[in-house]
Amino acid sequence: MSNIRKFDTKVQHLKYKVLREVARLAWNDTLLENMMDIPMTIVPGKTPTMRCCVYKERAIVAERIKLAMGGDSSNPNIIEVIDIACDECPAAGYEVTDSCRGCLAHRCEDVCKRGALSFDHNHVAHIDKTKCVECGACAKVCPYSAIVNRKRPCQNACKVKAISINESNAASIDNENCIQCGACVYQCPFGAIMDKSFILKAINLIKESENNTKHKVYAIVAPSISSQFTYAKLGQVITGLKELGFFTILEAALGADMVAVEESKELVEKGFLTSSCCPAFVRYIKQNYPQLVPFISHNLSPMATLAKFLKECDKDAKVVFIGPCTAKKAEAQLDSVKEHVDAVLTFEELQALFDSRDIDITTLEEGVLDNASYYGRIFARSGGLSDAVAQGIKEQNLDFELKAVPCDGIEACRMALIKKAKNILDGNFIEGMACIGGCIGGAGCLTHGEKNKAEVDKYGKEALEKTISDAVSMLDMMK
Amino acid sequence: MKIVVCIGSSCHIKGSRQVVEKLQRLIAEKNLGDKIELGGTFCMGQCQKGVCVTVDEEFCSVTPDTVEEFFETKVLAAL
Repeated sequence: MSNIRKFDTKVQHLKYKVLREVARLAWNDTLLENMMDIPMTIVPGKTPTMRCCVYKERAIVAERIKLAMGGDSSNPNIIEVIDIACDECPAAGYEVTDSCRGCLAHRCEDVCKRGALSFDHNHVAHIDKTKCVECGACAKVCPYSAIVNRKRPCQNACKVKAISINESNAASIDNENCIQCGACVYQCPFGAIMDKSFILKAINLIKESENNTKHKVYAIVAPSISSQFTYAKLGQVITGLKELGFFTILEAALGADMVAVEESKELVEKGFLTSSCCPAFVRYIKQNYPQLVPFISHNLSPMATLAKFLKECDKDAKVVFIGPCTAKKAEAQLDSVKEHVDAVLTFEELQALFDSRDIDITTLEEGVLDNASYYGRIFARSGGLSDAVAQGIKEQNLDFELKAVPCDGIEACRMALIKKAKNILDGNFIEGMACIGGCIGGAGCLTHGEKNKAEVDKYGKEALEKTISDAVSMLDMMK
Repeated sequence: MKIVVCIGSSCHIKGSRQVVEKLQRLIAEKNLGDKIELGGTFCMGQCQKGVCVTVDEEFCSVTPDTVEEFFETKVLAAL
């Protein structure tokens, strides 16, 4: 099958090709000698297909190579702008287009509370930028859809308003406000914003393990994988991971089960809590609502919880987390997490790794992945964490009336946090997920689709263990 | 004596939880708690032979139905 169909967009496909070629050379220990050939491999010939000329295309590929190799180490942000790839999209805000017919009704003028609309001698509308506050009301009422919002897709995607335009007219990320969710990475139509990759770290861990004899390399995969690699079976992805050289594969959902047990106890003890699973949400609270920080659950995320547990069982273990999330890459660098998780990859990067070794997962036998319960698995979608905490309370016979507020996307999170800060929130548990839909909406997913939530629920129901306590009961004897 | 049971995905599906529960019961019945240490691991690299169990490093293939027999021949006999 064609590679492009494995992804939502051609931007992802381009990013993937660079990652794949970097990985291919890294496996062969020839990256440093041959990395300068990659731009020619990806942009051969003389006819440009993406930009003004092949030379610019190759220059941008060279920038992608840097990011594929870990990016700018002086920049703490996982998300970086590739300046020369930014097409400097129009960013003028609301504008009247030539679809304006100069009508009589002037609904736009009537609806504008700021008096920003005026009309020329042809009765055509104009917006006074000094008065406009970009509320968008005029665009909504125009019967000809003649008023458009010329906002850059990156700025539109960034709901925490961390992207501005710098003096050279390129996008610029404010590291203080950025939550590293990767929404801009996925939304930029020119692929000018990219997440740093740690594929080289993962490849090195596998190579240095010498077939898992020096140390064992464990892969922990996020439950959202059930909605990914739709062209193959999940079991084939698991076998593919073993072919890549991982010793064994564990479900992050088992870590989620462990979190559900602890988080429900913590909630009952404290009376109010916000979840700590989504690193972008946690970062958002710390940056914007410092007064609410004491309410953030003290639990590590499912990824870090399971990784920590693994290393307690096998002190030489190396752990690679594979998921849909760019913010997890940042989480893995936190002081409280870095000793547990050695590298974080996205599903996009996993696809590149498979193909860098010419592993066609559709031809592989199906392996198995089954440790967690239904509840651990549904953490991957909005609302799942709340369900799991409710179940945790029930299974442990805790006396507590849960009133969960599942927040789907960072804007919903913000609304709940504002209310909590004012003490008018009707609820005692905020489930915060920065991405719309939850983790299945993550920027590192190969594909995003309507059916992904149903896929996660189906995967949840397939779990051998039906309760959280059964899933975690095995772990006590491990230590 | 140390008995290690694999609880990785493949063995888990083949019933490692039942194997562990039965072993725990047998150990308790025979009052061998101070002589036998029961542990777990996430993979022994022999998934086809699961449920994978080791008794002081010796590899054994066990199923929920053969736990009693395994306990007689490999555990009690070796104590």
